[in-house]
Amino acid sequence: MENNPVIEVRNVNVYFQNQLILDNVNLVVRKGDFYAIIGPNGAGKTTLIRAILGLTPVDSGEIFLFGKPASLEGRIRIGYVPQHQMFDFTFPITVREMVLTGRIGKKPGLIRRYKDKDYTAVDTALSKLSIKSLEKRPISDLSGGERQRVLIARALVGDPDILILDEPTVYVDTPTEEHFYELLSVLSKSITILMITHDIGVVSRHVTHVACLNRRLYQHDTNHLTADMLAKTYGCPVDLITHGDIPHRVLEYHGDKP
Amino acid sequence: MIEALGYEFFRSALAAGILSSIVCGIIGSYVVVKHMISVAGGISHAAFGGIGLGYFLGIDPLAGAFWFTLGVATLIWGLMDRARQHIDTLIGAFWAGGMALGILCLSLTPGYTPDLFSYLFGNILLVPSGHLTLIAFLCVIVVVLVGLLYPVLQAIAFDQEYASISGLPTRIFNLLVLLLIAVSVVVLIQIVGIILVIALLTLPAAIIRPFSNTLKGMMIGATLTGMFITTTGIYLSWIFDVPSGSTIILLGVTLYLLVLCYKEVMGKRKSPAIPSV
Repeated sequence: MENNPVIEVRNVNVYFQNQLILDNVNLVVRKGDFYAIIGPNGAGKTTLIRAILGLTPVDSGEIFLFGKPASLEGRIRIGYVPQHQMFDFTFPITVREMVLTGRIGKKPGLIRRYKDKDYTAVDTALSKLSIKSLEKRPISDLSGGERQRVLIARALVGDPDILILDEPTVYVDTPTEEHFYELLSVLSKSITILMITHDIGVVSRHVTHVACLNRRLYQHDTNHLTADMLAKTYGCPVDLITHGDIPHRVLEYHGDKP
Repeated sequence: MIEALGYEFFRSALAAGILSSIVCGIIGSYVVVKHMISVAGGISHAAFGGIGLGYFLGIDPLAGAFWFTLGVATLIWGLMDRARQHIDTLIGAFWAGGMALGILCLSLTPGYTPDLFSYLFGNILLVPSGHLTLIAFLCVIVVVLVGLLYPVLQAIAFDQEYASISGLPTRIFNLLVLLLIAVSVVVLIQIVGIILVIALLTLPAAIIRPFSNTLKGMMIGATLTGMFITTTGIYLSWIFDVPSGSTIILLGVTLYLLVLCYKEVMGKRKSPAIPSV
């Protein structure tokens, strides 16, 4: 693992209508990390992602992408997988065409035409996510899990250096979700991943780092959640239900081990 | 029926119908998939202010409408992000404001305003040849611009946020789309009149929508549908001696309802299979 931070968030505060949404957040995502940020609804998770992507202005603090102050130059190296409900899945576009739009950032000027190189990249991305057979389908015909893969394919097709996923499993059923995390696990071998999710249970098995966000960011720099982190984040002790094999620790003991 | 083609006014009407179908098909598809129908409605009604100003200033009312709608489109664009207003509220103000300005200007204009009725309700059988040239010119602009910029327009229409992260100038493109809508409105005023513009802009696209999986396919399909509706409508209005604008629109609405029924029936029979385009 190299030491260069891919994303660095320093003392970031974001207000929305006089309410503090992000309170002095610091975050470092390094090359090779599979970083998960969890937190309850309304904790500012999406705001943090949007601030990193330059979609939400920051009231104070700084954000660095690839060691430089965040700008378009850094942003086009990010593959962004937005939340499902941000989308109009009734839009008339086929899977292939939609994934192709992920290449448009790589082109200069106003008149941007897709070339052979772009179509080849689409083929590769579709195969990587095993959705080549869906390429001619309109996106309105896809299931939740298929839509998720198409969104990731679009993010990957531009050869990004980091993948940022916003609540990727909200509209996916549990078996698909398990499948999906395995897919991310595989992807994380070749690309840095930052993911935010409300889903506490499944995450920690797959990720290398986990942090909890509820206005403030609590982190441990490992993939272990502590009861303390969760209590701070959710404001109360949380009981967890795990999906995986049962003898597997979800909560790390914090401080003194018994 | 064939003898109608012997009249120049009739040939002009057909040409105007076919040209405007191209504009409707392209811009209308965009308007329908982006749910911008109220925006188009606002701009088209605001155009009445331009017509009124045209009469008042003694210039061609259609030229007045042209510049005025371009101005309104730019204003809506400028206020959209800045005023933090719901777009509907903004549209409502321009919609009524434009109409009010038009009425005010007309009342201040001395004398009789003979063509006012045709601007409100359209009369394709009275298209002056000068306007036909203008329509053809605007048509070329729309086709060339959308043709050249299609990949960018498609990316922005589909997912504006993603497009902006990709470095596309989304704000400028939103302005371009609003200006293109304004241009289309001016083209269509002559055909169906201000009040029915939204119908001609949206019906062909709405009719073809269930049969098309891509925006491009929808634009082409809507253009052909528009050509069918306008041509048939012009013939029918000539044969029965009824207003052309409302004939064209009623034909479109009928076709639209038929498509809805067809979808309902097909939807019940089978659900999984997908028509390919």
